[in-house]
Amino acid sequence: MNALETPVGGRTAPAHRPPLRTGRRAQHLGRVLFVAPAALYMLAFYGYPLVKNLVMGFQEYTTRTFFTGEAPWVGLANYEQVMGSPIFGKSLVNTLLFTAGSILGQFTIGLALAVFFRRTFPGAGMLRSLLLLPWLIPLIVSGAVWKWILDQDNGALNRVLRATPLTDARPGWLTSTTLALAAVVMVNIWIGIPFNATILYGGLQDIPDELYEAAALDGATGWRAFRHITWPLLRPVVNVVLVLGVVYTLKVLDIILGLTKGGPANATQTLATQAYQLSFVEFDFGQGAATGNLLIVVSLLFALLYLRLSRQRAEG
Amino acid sequence: MATAMTTTTTTATTPTTSASSVGRGRGGWGSTAVAVLLVSVMLFPVYWMLNVSLQPGGGGAVASPWLPLHPDVSGYAKALRDQGPHLLTSLVVSLGSVVVSLVLATPAAYALAQFRLRFTDAFLLGILVSQMVPGIVVANALYGVYSDLGLLNSLPGLVLADSSAGIPFAVLVLRAFMATVPGEVVEAARVDGAGELRTFWSVVVPMSRNALVTAGLFTFLFTWSDFLFALTLTTTDDVRPVTLGLYQYIGSYVQDWSAVMATAVLASLPAVVLLLVAQKYVAAGATAGALK
Repeated sequence: MNALETPVGGRTAPAHRPPLRTGRRAQHLGRVLFVAPAALYMLAFYGYPLVKNLVMGFQEYTTRTFFTGEAPWVGLANYEQVMGSPIFGKSLVNTLLFTAGSILGQFTIGLALAVFFRRTFPGAGMLRSLLLLPWLIPLIVSGAVWKWILDQDNGALNRVLRATPLTDARPGWLTSTTLALAAVVMVNIWIGIPFNATILYGGLQDIPDELYEAAALDGATGWRAFRHITWPLLRPVVNVVLVLGVVYTLKVLDIILGLTKGGPANATQTLATQAYQLSFVEFDFGQGAATGNLLIVVSLLFALLYLRLSRQRAEG
Repeated sequence: MATAMTTTTTTATTPTTSASSVGRGRGGWGSTAVAVLLVSVMLFPVYWMLNVSLQPGGGGAVASPWLPLHPDVSGYAKALRDQGPHLLTSLVVSLGSVVVSLVLATPAAYALAQFRLRFTDAFLLGILVSQMVPGIVVANALYGVYSDLGLLNSLPGLVLADSSAGIPFAVLVLRAFMATVPGEVVEAARVDGAGELRTFWSVVVPMSRNALVTAGLFTFLFTWSDFLFALTLTTTDDVRPVTLGLYQYIGSYVQDWSAVMATAVLASLPAVVLLLVAQKYVAAGATAGALK
């Protein structure tokens, strides 16, 4: 019977409100509908997983869960086990080294290339876009190619090294526990250079030539012009590149799985590969979720640190 | 302002060659030579992939010759035999993801750019946060739901999960463009009696053609390159994209590197095509990516 009352209420409503407002409300609703599908998608494929992972971190969530539907609460047991395992410390350190090393290499080489390509010379445009290729091909493809290049016995790198008078050794780039992390970082630098170079090049293009011309009149050229004009004006773009670089590098998985699967002896295990290992190899989704959440915490800590540093710089 | 203009006038009459070392210098063929060298070093792995793919296969993991002097397509034959269906799966999933992403992202981008909606900032913040979420976290949670809904090992399941890269990107690219569509154009369409939906569909969408192409191309590439969701959300050979096929190739001891590299070349084709056909779109996409 309620159904009858609603239309009545609905009919009386316009009497209280000017008709324009009802029209606006309908218009507003119509406009919201433009965004609603995308918003719902984002909630389902980012919002839900975030919340679900937080919950799963406190549950014993294994293959059994899929059959029985039971995921008993275990409090902090997942976190205790994950953080208590000797692999955790190694993964955390590896994650930080992998990220720091990758960013340092990508950024400096990318910036050098960007500065170089600011010159105008024949073929510059074409060569610059060719440089994008390592960034556009699938990561797992890069992994496969580099795996063969870095092969200990017949890889191209060791064959080149042996042809030089430098060394007669055949380093096991991907099989030695001391070299594997450095090798994986090197490959990731190679992948990241185009992105850094392209964005930084865009930033450089926005710096007006007149500034350099004026500075040259004052005797500031070369390194001094870079220091006093390029760097300060490029700062905002540099910030974007570094933040995105760190955020993306922290969660890299494809390239490590393709090259070493986290081995040898966990030498290249990071929080991301460890989360994968726990969930999808050992089928302990609870511990995998806990590790994934810790990875997010590392990301957030970095974001906070970054905000703090940039505020200090703005103030001081 | 006046000072800046004076400076410009002064410098315009002064020959400035010394600024070139940092500013937009004019390099000659010497710079071209250096650039060719730099690009060659950077692209050596790409050359190596092509070279090895053209070597006669089946000989085990022996040292590949430096040049493909006797090109042989047996690697490609084996790659197509083993990975043909996976390439097809990749193509179908990527096209599906382009459709899903553009259909969801285009109206959203339009509304976020042209209407003053209360939750615009919240939505953009959501996109920003989404960039920080590791894929493995998403996969970890999706696995359970997908298992319940029967979406594991299914094309729709993979298309939907893979769109998680394309949708936020497409919203950003399209919104940036649609914000430049003058309000008067939209207003004029409305005055002519076109409804909200008509205005969007027959005025704004055709105007945004370039931005749509950019968003579509990159979404295609994101999905084509996806490895994580394919790895975690499929368990059988039913729906297996080429990235996963390649991973299986290199997962065990490799007998035939030429077939592996032939697969790698085939899996890189969309990137190469994108670079050759759509250079200006790529540059636009890379810049938009930075605005994320």
